Amino acid sequence: MHIPSTFSGCAEGDQDWYELFSRGARDWLRHNEKVRQAVRDKLPEVLASADILGGEKGRTIKVPVRFLEHFRFRLRDPDEMTGAGQGDVGPGDRLARPGQQQGEEGPGQGGNEDGGVQLVLELKIDDIVDWLWEELKLPNLQAKSGATHDDDYTREGWSRRGVRSRLDRRRSLKESLKRRSVDPAGPAFVDDDLRFRQLVRRRQPATQAVVFFAMDVSSSMRDRDRQLAKTFFFWVVEGLRRQYTHLELVFVAHTVKAWEFPQEEFFQVRGSGGTVASTAFNLVREIVAQRYDPSRYNIYLFYASDGENFKDDNGPARAALGEMASVASFLGYVETPATAEQALQTETAAIFRDAIDSCPGGAFALTTNESVWDAIRAFFRDQVAAGGG
Amino acid sequence: MAAAIERYGQQLEGLARAQGLDFYPVQFEEVPDSFMMEVAVYGLPVRMPHWSFGVRYIYQLIQHRMGHSRLFEVVFPGNPGRAYLARGNSLQENTLVVAHVLGHADFSKHNELFRRSQQEGGYRIVDQAASHARQIAAAMEEHGQERVERVLDAALALEAHIDVFRGLRRERYAEYTAVRTIEDDTFRRRFHQLPGDERPAPSHEPRQRASIPPHPEHDLLWFIAQYAPELEGWERDIFLAVREESFYFYPVFACQIMNEGWASYWHARLLREADFLPQHEYLDAIKTHSDVVRPHAADRQASLAINPYHLGFCLWESIIEEHGLEQAFRIRNQDDDFSFIRNHLTEKLAEDLKLFRFKASRDGAVEVVDREINALRDAILAPRYNFGAPAVAVRNLDHDGTLHLVHEHASDGRGLDLGRATRVLEYVHRVWRRRVVLETIDARGAAHRIEVPAPD
Repeated sequence: MHIPSTFSGCAEGDQDWYELFSRGARDWLRHNEKVRQAVRDKLPEVLASADILGGEKGRTIKVPVRFLEHFRFRLRDPDEMTGAGQGDVGPGDRLARPGQQQGEEGPGQGGNEDGGVQLVLELKIDDIVDWLWEELKLPNLQAKSGATHDDDYTREGWSRRGVRSRLDRRRSLKESLKRRSVDPAGPAFVDDDLRFRQLVRRRQPATQAVVFFAMDVSSSMRDRDRQLAKTFFFWVVEGLRRQYTHLELVFVAHTVKAWEFPQEEFFQVRGSGGTVASTAFNLVREIVAQRYDPSRYNIYLFYASDGENFKDDNGPARAALGEMASVASFLGYVETPATAEQALQTETAAIFRDAIDSCPGGAFALTTNESVWDAIRAFFRDQVAAGGG
Repeated sequence: MAAAIERYGQQLEGLARAQGLDFYPVQFEEVPDSFMMEVAVYGLPVRMPHWSFGVRYIYQLIQHRMGHSRLFEVVFPGNPGRAYLARGNSLQENTLVVAHVLGHADFSKHNELFRRSQQEGGYRIVDQAASHARQIAAAMEEHGQERVERVLDAALALEAHIDVFRGLRRERYAEYTAVRTIEDDTFRRRFHQLPGDERPAPSHEPRQRASIPPHPEHDLLWFIAQYAPELEGWERDIFLAVREESFYFYPVFACQIMNEGWASYWHARLLREADFLPQHEYLDAIKTHSDVVRPHAADRQASLAINPYHLGFCLWESIIEEHGLEQAFRIRNQDDDFSFIRNHLTEKLAEDLKLFRFKASRDGAVEVVDREINALRDAILAPRYNFGAPAVAVRNLDHDGTLHLVHEHASDGRGLDLGRATRVLEYVHRVWRRRVVLETIDARGAAHRIEVPAPD
């Protein structure tokens, strides 16, 4: 006697059940997590090439990535593949190759290669800085120690009197409950139950900073050099944002003269003629004197150059920078030499090295996208050493 | 619809049995498209989680959205068998699909490869795979996702590297081999029998430690599970779970042409004889049939791939026509795709089907070469040898625990893709935990050795 087969249908509503527990979606999400991890491991390549400063800052960047491949043993691609086909053709005929190859598929069906699908990963800039922090094992940056403090209101304690907007309802209800547990017949609220938040003026460590980006825009600075400097600046700012609640940016470009520019125009500025670095340092000093009191602001100066400077200007530049060193929290020198061997051998680099003796700072050579990354790391490390020390 | 298809299904079943088909009962279940898609991706209704399935899933989803692929049914052999029907199927399509599934059910009950794999697997692969999935979920809970994934990366990468001829259940190698001593040779034995030359009785049986493995071992999953120096118990279980599923997949893979052809032949024949079907339903069902078994897309002159449904269908039709049903049943029992194609794809049939061999060079140019029958059979079968994977075997297990793998490039015709091979060795190294070495040849045919970790 044969047992008959059975049939069962499924109700409309069941669809949701399957979708909720989709194993395919679960494994797909896991894949994406791994992609994220892989991107994180290769941050330097990914980030240095992304055009991050351009465009409006949506606080995310988009990175195109490939699907991960689960590797298997496979024969090398032959110079010539032989296969079997079917159709109305004769020996010697040439055929158009369709998109898909006859697969060498393993057990349990495989997908073909990319298939024209591209995955775009959206990364939060904050996440990236977090990763960087984790990777460098940096402690949280500390504010500049010293006399600089902000006065600010802080919440502190409760009072029985106050304006209605500061009423703490949870507290007040607690008081009411306490009272009514003794006197269950009492009214819901009496004036004595009410609690108001109290504000007190407290001195806070300074959390504001100004970052000067000065750049040599003379004709010897190439587009690539600017791009490298720009990438570096961007990540420096992102790192500093962690440290300071108020961060102001000032952009100074110079050739034989120096000008202040808004951020949008700064990286497009193109000058001609020679390089007189002291003009930039002097302009920075003027701006500091007018707008940023060193006792209230942490001052960062970054100067990007290909290292060339007028010989006659080395003296004035040294002097101007020396003055800056006495007020600045950090002096950064970013050089974009033509080759890695020449990096930081220039007179400008020497000037900075001298200035850094009396002030925290660092000199960074940017030659390739990877070196930008190294420089950013080095900067954060120096920064922690300076700020935490 | 469930009622209608149930009625037709029972009638089709009676018809199939009357024609001589014999199968375990099948549990049909109608499921949503999304579920069908997952079953197609994982190969089993519930299977262990791994990120690589996620990638396949997305490709499948995209193909599905673009309308390139349509899944009508998925069937799992066993007692009872299980079949899932896509809910999007029309009644006519489902009528065809039920007949098709009965063909599969008959095939998997009688074909030797399927029978053996099911005997070993206990006729309940679907439940086993689900319990593997649970076991792996539990391992993740206990040891963390990362560690479990590391094991799965290695085990699934070696998924195709089993040895079906040695079977699923295997003993470890004998630890000692008998030693042929010098006393064994005939002259000496007789000499010692001469009076006055008594030799002392051997104090113990002469034996020596056998080398591991005693022969090139192709079942990499088994070998690693048994002999990895520091594999933990739960890691071994994962390797064995993957291996068990591979043994299940092998017959499906090695009989694809026969199996799909057989099911297509029977759905066509059963529908033809199903006089209980209204005329228009029969026509719709037959139209679906011709979509499934068409050789290539209608708008193309030729296809660079052969539709296994079509090829198998035509082969079975010609076999039954020429040799009768009895002979066809015998072939169903005994053959796999290799013998099936070699024995039954005749020159005439290949010509009727307009099969050809082509060469595709790297620059994308494709040229039709010939229709020579032996070369053609080889071209069809080449991607199916050895579970579709390169022949990689364990050659030796060193005293320091180094795993020596060797790629048998002579039988594969060319060397391995070195980049991928290195990545696979990295997976393996993470569970083997000692040095892993693989020998193959490079593009110029010179011996090439990959070591992980790389030598200094």
